[in-house]
Amino acid sequence: MNSPLRFVLLILMWLAAQPALAALSIFACTPEWGALAKELVGDKANIYVATTALQDPHRIEARPSLIARARSADLVVCTGAQLEIGWLPLVLTQAGNAKIQVGQPGYFEASRYAVMLEVPAVVDRSQGDIHPGGNPHIHLDPRNIAKIAVALSERMAQLDPPQADSYRARTKAFLERWQQATVRWEKEGAPLKGMTVVGYHKNMSYLNQWLGIREIGSLEPKPGLPPTTAHMSELLARLAKSPAKAVVRSAYNDPRAAEWLAENAKIPVVTLAFTVGGTDRAKDLFGLYDDTLARLLAVAK
Amino acid sequence: MFRRNLIAAAVTLAFVLPPPASAQDAELAKIRDEIKQMKDAYEKRIQNLEKRLSEAEAKAGKAEATASKAEQSAANAESAASSATAARGGENAFNPATSLILQGAYARTSQDPNRFQITGFAPSGGEVGPPRRSFGLGESELIVSANIDPYFRGVAIAALAPEGGATVEEAYFQTLALPQGLGLKGGRFFSGLGYLNEQHQHAWDFQDAPLVYKAFLGNQLRQDGVQLKWVAPTDLFVELGAELSAGDQFPGSDRNKNGIGGSAAFANLGGDIGASTAWRAGVSYLSMAPNGRAYTDTDSAGGSVTNTYTGNAKMWGVNGVLKWSPNGNSTYNSFKLQGEYFRLRQSGALTYDDTAQAAPMFNARFTDYFQTDQSGWYLQGVWQFYPRWRVGYRYDALRYGTVSNGIVSNALGPTAADFPLLASHRPTRNTLMLDWSPTEFSRIRLQFASDKSRLGRTDNQAFVQYIYSLGAHGAHKF
Repeated sequence: MNSPLRFVLLILMWLAAQPALAALSIFACTPEWGALAKELVGDKANIYVATTALQDPHRIEARPSLIARARSADLVVCTGAQLEIGWLPLVLTQAGNAKIQVGQPGYFEASRYAVMLEVPAVVDRSQGDIHPGGNPHIHLDPRNIAKIAVALSERMAQLDPPQADSYRARTKAFLERWQQATVRWEKEGAPLKGMTVVGYHKNMSYLNQWLGIREIGSLEPKPGLPPTTAHMSELLARLAKSPAKAVVRSAYNDPRAAEWLAENAKIPVVTLAFTVGGTDRAKDLFGLYDDTLARLLAVAK
Repeated sequence: MFRRNLIAAAVTLAFVLPPPASAQDAELAKIRDEIKQMKDAYEKRIQNLEKRLSEAEAKAGKAEATASKAEQSAANAESAASSATAARGGENAFNPATSLILQGAYARTSQDPNRFQITGFAPSGGEVGPPRRSFGLGESELIVSANIDPYFRGVAIAALAPEGGATVEEAYFQTLALPQGLGLKGGRFFSGLGYLNEQHQHAWDFQDAPLVYKAFLGNQLRQDGVQLKWVAPTDLFVELGAELSAGDQFPGSDRNKNGIGGSAAFANLGGDIGASTAWRAGVSYLSMAPNGRAYTDTDSAGGSVTNTYTGNAKMWGVNGVLKWSPNGNSTYNSFKLQGEYFRLRQSGALTYDDTAQAAPMFNARFTDYFQTDQSGWYLQGVWQFYPRWRVGYRYDALRYGTVSNGIVSNALGPTAADFPLLASHRPTRNTLMLDWSPTEFSRIRLQFASDKSRLGRTDNQAFVQYIYSLGAHGAHKF
C-alpha cells in the first residue's frame, strides 16, 4: 500500500483509538442548568455554559463556538419546551456528535421532569411567542429544581458509571441542603403572598405561582413583542384602578420601559437576576433564590 | 339470739357509721385524693387529645378536599394530555416539520430588468436579474424536514416560482450518528463554499445576491452530490469539508459523462471574542469541468450566436463574518460585518456558432482556446439601531482581469465586437437597505441600489420587499 494511503489510515486509526476523556463534558444551554450541574458534579466534570444571564434566551444564534463545544460534549443539558428552538437544533446537526442527538442519553431536557404551567389551549403565533409545551422558564420554582436534579443525577450516573457513586452522594447532599433552603425560603417569602406586580415578559410565572405573587400585567403586550407606548398607557390606566406594588424586570431586559412605567405609576422597579449570574449575589442556585427573595421582600413592605 | 343481734347490729353500724379516723384511714383518704387528682389530670389530657384529634380530623378533611380537587384537576390535565396524546398518537404523529416562506416585492428600476447583464462576464444562467417592475410575487418556499431514523435526517426545500412550476432548491439527507465529528450530506444541497451560499434568499440581508455570486455562481451554487464535513474536537471552531458532485451547475455544465463532474473543498474557523462578538472566517476551493457550457450572445450585426465552452473552471475564495451585540444580547442593538472574495480561472476552448441564424455573417463554427482570470468581492455591514429596525449598506465590485479569446486573437473571423458580453468592464454596485422586523417571522424591507453591472448604463433600483414565514420555526445559520 502506498505511503500517503498508509499515512491516512494511521491518522484514522489514531482518531478511532482516542480514549474517552476521563471527565464528563457537559454543555449547558443556560446558566441555571450549568449551576445545577456544578452542584451535582463539583469539579469532576467540565461544564460549558452556552449563554449568560445578560442574554435574552430567545435570541441566541448557533454561532461557531457553540458548535465547537457541542462537538466534544458528552451531555447536553437544556430546558426544552422549544425555548432553544432558534439555535439548538442547528448546533446538534452541525456538531458531528452522535452522542447528543435528540433521543440519545447525551441529550437531557429539563422540562420533561417539571410540572409545566400555562400550557396553551390554542397554539397560534397570533398570541405572540408562545410555547406549545407550556411556559419554559421553569427554573424559578425550587420544587422543579429538586425533581430535575434527581433526573439529571441519574442521567450523569448512566453516562459516567465510574463516578456514579460520587454523583449520587453529592446529589443526596445537595437535595438535603436544597430542601432545607426551600423551607427557609417559603417561610421568608410568606409576606410576598398576594403581592401584585407588573412583569416584563412572562418569565416569572413559576416564581409567582410558588410564592403566591400575582402578576396583574406585563410590559410586553404579548410575549415576545416589545413594549409599546399604547400598551404602557393602557397599563398605567389599569394600575390607577388596581395598583401594583412594583414593576419586575429581568437583568437582561432593557431598563427603559420598566423605569418609565415605574416613574409614572409611582412604584419601584425590581431588577431580578432571573438566572445565575444576573446579579452579583446570584453566583449559584442558592444565591439566585436568596437574591430574588431579598429584592422582592425589599419592596413588599 | 341477743348475741347474734348484737353482732348484726355492730356489723350494720360498722357499715352505716363513718369509719373511725385512724392513720390507715388518713392514708386511704390521701390515696383517694391522689386517685381523684390523677383522674382529673387524665380527664383533662383526654379532653385535650380529643380536641386535637378533632382539629386534626378537620384539617385532614380540608386536606382531603384540596387533595381531591388536585386529583380532579390532575385527572382533567391527564384527560387533556391523553386526548392530545391520542391526537399525537395517530398516523400524523411522525409528520415532518413544515414551514412556508412567502415573499414579494414592489420594484422600480430605471433599466429594463429583462435586459440585465453583467458585462465582461459570461452569463451564469441563474435568475440573477432584478425582480420585475411593479408588484411581483417572489419565490414561495416550502420547507419540510424531519428525522428519518436514529441515523439520518432529511430536508427538502421546494421553491414555488411565481410564473408557475416548482424547483427543488434542496433535497438532501444528512447523517446523525457518524462518529468522531463527521457528517455526511447527500442529494441536492447548497454548496458549503463561501459564507452566503448556504443561506436561503429569505434569510439574506438584502433582496438580491452580491454581484460576485451572480457572476460566478448563478446566484447560489447547488450541488447534486455528497458532502463530508469534519468538526475538530477543539474549543476553536474548526470545520473541514469536501464535496463531490455531478458538476452540472455554473461554472460547470450538464456533462453526460461518467465520474465526478465537480469537487469543492472548504475550511472554516470560528469563535467568540468575549461575550459580545462572534466571528467566522473561511477559505474555499471549487473545481468544475464544464463540457459544452453554452450561453447566448449577440454578434455585431444583431443576430443571436451560441458560445459553448469546454474546459475547466477553478475558483477559490475567502470569506469572513463578524457579529457584535452588547453582551451578546441582540434584542436592542447589533452589528454584522460580512465580506467575501472569489477568483475564477477558466482554461479551455470556446466555440462560436452562428449557424442557427437566418442570415448569419459566417455560417460557421469557430473553436479556439479560451482563458479567463477574473475576480470579485463584496463588503456589507448591517446595523440594528433600534429594536426591530436595521440599516445596511453593501458595496460590490467585480474585476475584469484577463479574458483571452483565441477566436479573436487568432483572427478566425469574429472580432471582439461579436462578443459584446465579454467586453472589458468593471461592474460595481452600491446598495442601501432599511428593514423592519416586527418579529423573527416577519420582515419588510426598503432597498435602494445604484447598479453599474451593465456597460454604459446605471440602473437605479428601489424595492419594497416583504418576507413572512409560517409554520415550524426554522433555525437560521450563523
